[in-house]
Amino acid sequence: MAGICELLPGFLCKFPAFSDASVRAARKVIDDGFKGLVREYVNIIDAMVQPLQWFLNYLERLFVSSPWPIILIIMVAIVYFGSRNMKITIGTALSMLAIGLLGLWNDTMVTLAMVTVCTMIAIIVGIPIGIVMARSDRVQSFVNPVLDVMQTMPSFVYLIPVVMIFGIGKVPGLIAVVIYAVPPMIRLTNLGIRLVDKEVLEAADAFGSSGWQKLKNVQMPLALPTIMAGINQTIMMSLAMVVVASMVGVGGLGKNVLQAINNQFFTVGFLNGFALVAIAIIFDRTSQAYGRRLQKHSEVIHG
Amino acid sequence: MVSHAIEVRNLYKIFGPRGGDYVDAVKKGLGKAELNQKYGHVLGLRDINISMPAGGIMVVMGLSGSGKSTLIRHINRLIDPTAGEVLYDGVDVCKMSENDLREFRRHKTAMVFQKFALLPHRTVLENTVYGLEIQGVGAADREKRAKQWIERVGLAGFENHYPNQLSGGMQQRVGLARALTNDADILLMDEAYSALDPLIRVDMQTVLLDLQKELRKTVVFITHDLDEALRLGDKIAILRDGLVVQQGTGQEIVLNPADEYITAFVKEVNRGRVVNVETIMAPLSGNPEGMPIVKGTVLEVAARAMTAVNQTLAHVVDESGKPIGALSLSAIISSMVTPTSHEAKAA
Repeated sequence: MAGICELLPGFLCKFPAFSDASVRAARKVIDDGFKGLVREYVNIIDAMVQPLQWFLNYLERLFVSSPWPIILIIMVAIVYFGSRNMKITIGTALSMLAIGLLGLWNDTMVTLAMVTVCTMIAIIVGIPIGIVMARSDRVQSFVNPVLDVMQTMPSFVYLIPVVMIFGIGKVPGLIAVVIYAVPPMIRLTNLGIRLVDKEVLEAADAFGSSGWQKLKNVQMPLALPTIMAGINQTIMMSLAMVVVASMVGVGGLGKNVLQAINNQFFTVGFLNGFALVAIAIIFDRTSQAYGRRLQKHSEVIHG
Repeated sequence: MVSHAIEVRNLYKIFGPRGGDYVDAVKKGLGKAELNQKYGHVLGLRDINISMPAGGIMVVMGLSGSGKSTLIRHINRLIDPTAGEVLYDGVDVCKMSENDLREFRRHKTAMVFQKFALLPHRTVLENTVYGLEIQGVGAADREKRAKQWIERVGLAGFENHYPNQLSGGMQQRVGLARALTNDADILLMDEAYSALDPLIRVDMQTVLLDLQKELRKTVVFITHDLDEALRLGDKIAILRDGLVVQQGTGQEIVLNPADEYITAFVKEVNRGRVVNVETIMAPLSGNPEGMPIVKGTVLEVAARAMTAVNQTLAHVVDESGKPIGALSLSAIISSMVTPTSHEAKAA
């Protein structure tokens, strides 16, 4: 094959790339511009994320400094009243006890606080976007590619601008986690609302429902199972992402895992990993059982 | 509450992005097939003119694709017309602002759907109050009114069941209760009974007729079943390919089918239940003979009455008891078994 290049003009064999110098110049302009922008608005950005920081710190302190039996009892109670399932409840109690015995209680609490805040933000941000998206095909065609980028862009890549803007700490970690975890929330809210039975919507229209009444009485309740699946996915993805976010200064189980990777601590790595798995399973089973309970009315009793 | 008539005038519906552009062409005679082939638009309704009687049941009949469901959706404007008007109480529904339309839908119309369209996450009671709830009626008041209608349609005791726990017939009773609770002048029923078993369907027809005796709403009922149309309709319009082929009372349609299409339809009809005695009576000659039969009685009932007392002759009397015509059992039977066709009539 090499021979054929001798007969052809050079630009057909070696891809005619921009010259290194021009690429370097362009890169420098963009990087410097971005850095300048960040430097200029650093105060405003800090003021904007300050409430997040407070909320995160407050929740973390609450989780870590409360006596462990109280946290354990509250957790088990939430799981029980959410799922009404003894198996899930006992499983929760046992795995939390195991986590405590292995000395991971505080780290787990830090992670729990982080995931709680991330999930809340993802829900608060995701559901309205999903609703707007379901109402307009134009918005959908615009948001969908953005979500594709958010989901496929390697998380390390968008950690770079996040760190440049917010520095190292919990808030940049939180933002990275939310970016990663919010797409399923948006997508499944959108899907759930779009899948609502057209006949039922028509009936709501025929009785003179306003747009808000339709959303509140028909679309949201009927989309709820799908939205619950979205919340479940969001929780799972934030749990996965808190480990990566430990690279920008988020504490908890993720930080331990990161240290274990750096030092090849086999046991520590797996123990912390399993603690994360345990929390994930607790969240997953509880939220799914809760979602199923909400859908009790859809059980067909009459054939 | 006085229900008004609904006047549908020169109504056209052409489905497609530029439907309005083809109205004139359709008025000049562009056909459904040609419109679809050449321009990719679908002709839904063409020049519909129907005056729906106030306080009566108007049945719109046609097979699937005839445009009957499209037509009923123009009355509460779930579908916007391409041209034409729908008048209720002097107001053109098609020209209402969004707000007026919403108020019109809330207070003047109620609709029952073929597939029930109940809210699955709400109980029977919560479904029934839906119309009042979005009108902003207080909880105590709307539940009181809803319970009354739930009882009337025979669902007392099921208030707290979910739709999924009920059979199809019961679900449609909920749909009917939901529409009646709205207390609207116009009741729109879009193939409301088509999804029900035959026996339950007849049962529900009886429910509607009984209710209508006292409510006197303007009912628009869509069906593909001629027997249902004849049983319910004060007036019937038959639709085919978006065009009204014939309209009139059940008797007029059965006795004077306008074309082959309707002839084929009415062939299978039990004429004894549709045709009245005065339609077939002979002029009185001499003294009235046999038993008296009141005008307006259908042939089947008359024949049964005559056989019960073993008479072959009878006479028809008007409301005041005055004899107006003569009747014989053989005449009754022959008109019950001879189908009329549009050609025979013409000949």
